[in-house]
Amino acid sequence: MKPVYMDNNATTSVAAEVLEAMLPYFHDLYGNPSSMHSFGGQVMREVRKAREQVAALLGASPEEIVFTSCGTESDNTAIRSALSSYPDKKHIVTSRVEHPAVRALCSHLATRGYRVTELPVDGEGRLDLEQYKRALTPDTAIVSLMWANNETGVIFPVEKAAEMARERNILFHTDAVQSVGKIPINLSKTAIDMLSLSGHKLHAPKGIGILYLRKGAKFSPFMLGGHQERGRRGGTEATPSIIGLGVAAELAHKKMEIENTFVKGLRDRLEKTILETIPNAKVNGDRQNRLPNTSNISFEFVEGEGILLMMDEFGICASSGSACTSGSLQPSHVLRAMGIPFTMAHGSIRFSLSVYNTEEEIDFVLEKLPPIIQTLRSMSPYWKVGAAQVCGEA
Amino acid sequence: MWDYTDKVKDHFLNPRNVGEIEKPDGVAEVGSIACGDALKFTFKLDENGKIREAKFKTFGCASAIASASAMTEMIKGMTVEEAAKVTNQDIANYLGGLPDEKMHCSVLGREALEKAISFYKGVPILSQEDKIVCECFGVTQKEIERAVRENRLSTVEEVTNYTKAGGGCGNCHPLIQEIIDSVLAQPSAAPAAMPKLSNIKKIKMIEETLEREIRPALKHDGGDIELVDVVGNRVMVATRGACSSCQASNLTLKNFVEVKLRELVSPDLMVEEVPA
Repeated sequence: MKPVYMDNNATTSVAAEVLEAMLPYFHDLYGNPSSMHSFGGQVMREVRKAREQVAALLGASPEEIVFTSCGTESDNTAIRSALSSYPDKKHIVTSRVEHPAVRALCSHLATRGYRVTELPVDGEGRLDLEQYKRALTPDTAIVSLMWANNETGVIFPVEKAAEMARERNILFHTDAVQSVGKIPINLSKTAIDMLSLSGHKLHAPKGIGILYLRKGAKFSPFMLGGHQERGRRGGTEATPSIIGLGVAAELAHKKMEIENTFVKGLRDRLEKTILETIPNAKVNGDRQNRLPNTSNISFEFVEGEGILLMMDEFGICASSGSACTSGSLQPSHVLRAMGIPFTMAHGSIRFSLSVYNTEEEIDFVLEKLPPIIQTLRSMSPYWKVGAAQVCGEA
Repeated sequence: MWDYTDKVKDHFLNPRNVGEIEKPDGVAEVGSIACGDALKFTFKLDENGKIREAKFKTFGCASAIASASAMTEMIKGMTVEEAAKVTNQDIANYLGGLPDEKMHCSVLGREALEKAISFYKGVPILSQEDKIVCECFGVTQKEIERAVRENRLSTVEEVTNYTKAGGGCGNCHPLIQEIIDSVLAQPSAAPAAMPKLSNIKKIKMIEETLEREIRPALKHDGGDIELVDVVGNRVMVATRGACSSCQASNLTLKNFVEVKLRELVSPDLMVEEVPA
């Protein structure tokens, strides 16, 4: 069964062009880019090209791009670097809805003598910039705010937030893992000092990431080793993956418009029709400022894992913020931070699309999903109450 | 993705006995929508006092639905007394096992059964001395003690997997640890309190016990033993080396091998020698 893959915020397929570009660098052109011989040197040139391709996507200079192993490494490097660069400052500002790569690190740092301010969000997942401004203090070493939320797709005003941090000489980091390639980014025009990117979210392979480091921003490396990446990240370059990420960045640049027209169209049709055909369903998150590919919908009185596994029977891949799928016993921290009621949070499903989805796939999901919700609701002891509410409203 | 058995998937995709019985003899509602698991269970007896019908409605994940479906299938035809003996481990075994993190779903099924039986008998279930330990999920001390005792749990994480207690804010972790310590400090209960083993677990434990405890001792005397088969509680073994020609080997089997296996695996085991 070919999967109907709508879980692109979890990971994406490696694009055919990306895979093709990578293959020679595993077996035939395996040289080390640091070597003196031309066999390695030719690979170095390809790495340089990839750096330029990534820089072009971000509106950065190539020397501001540091290759890492993943988004999590980039996040950890950025935050730890800021703290070692400003050893007298002991305060970190972040939000309640960050990815675990930032959140877990900040919770850890909170037990190591740092003060962490986790900014709340409103019911739509939005930040209050006034509150953010008040959180910035002379003791603040770094702000780390995600550009777009992985669960809801809600976009934070990071450009504005970065300016406010710069006015106070505070380093600003953003986890842009979900937004790169989906919304236009031009770092040369922003006050962002550091940015994390992950290859596998934009059709490059897993195991490759980027840390953007603004020229002139203070930096202290996390991975010590060889002189690779100008001493900013030790370790032999993952050449096939770097070359693949370069091609993926170029593709993302070209397809940004498709993402914001075609993909957005698919998402909007999926969402609109679900809301029309399934009662007691609601979109989570600010629908105005949102990634074009993401839709997080709650189905009241049912539980997300059941929905996912029933969709799985048809090959439909999505994810959920329910407790049963989170690995903990509580629903997603993002939905909880937004104050989504339990009756809704447990039944939340995230569809995240890509340029490789089709109209037919949307039709397929729209055909299969309503009976699934109906089946699960018929089993739910709470559904009678919900149905009565619908009748009352009608 | 959870590693569910085919039987869990079957009971999730084709749940048996969904619904609600009108005028039931026993009824129970356990869990809550806030906790992410809730189960409403009803049963009706026939004229002989056996459970004729059992139905459920569940809000919860696949394993919660499967556990409720399994439980209702298991108890049909049982008397109330028989049904009262069904443990959460029995429900999990019926489904071919559940992932550790999902054991609380089988506990929810057992709780509903127990509460419905109490309803039928007209006895209140929550005694005065009991108190809530986990505020997030409303789990009481008695519930935790019971899960620890019946499933031989030894860590807070295991208690969370089985009862959800401690899965929220984590404030009650020290208290849970205290409960574990105090239950484990009690002398081990009568053999009846030992958990019912699934066949796979039983065979594994028999093999391990033979390897670790028994074969080294026999080898010391120039003998050896081999596991041939396990049928129910009958453990079939073949003797090797010096044992196979030793007149006293039957005595060894009964006095040493069987005693060890009963002590370390299950008190119901019987060892039989079969030709190699």
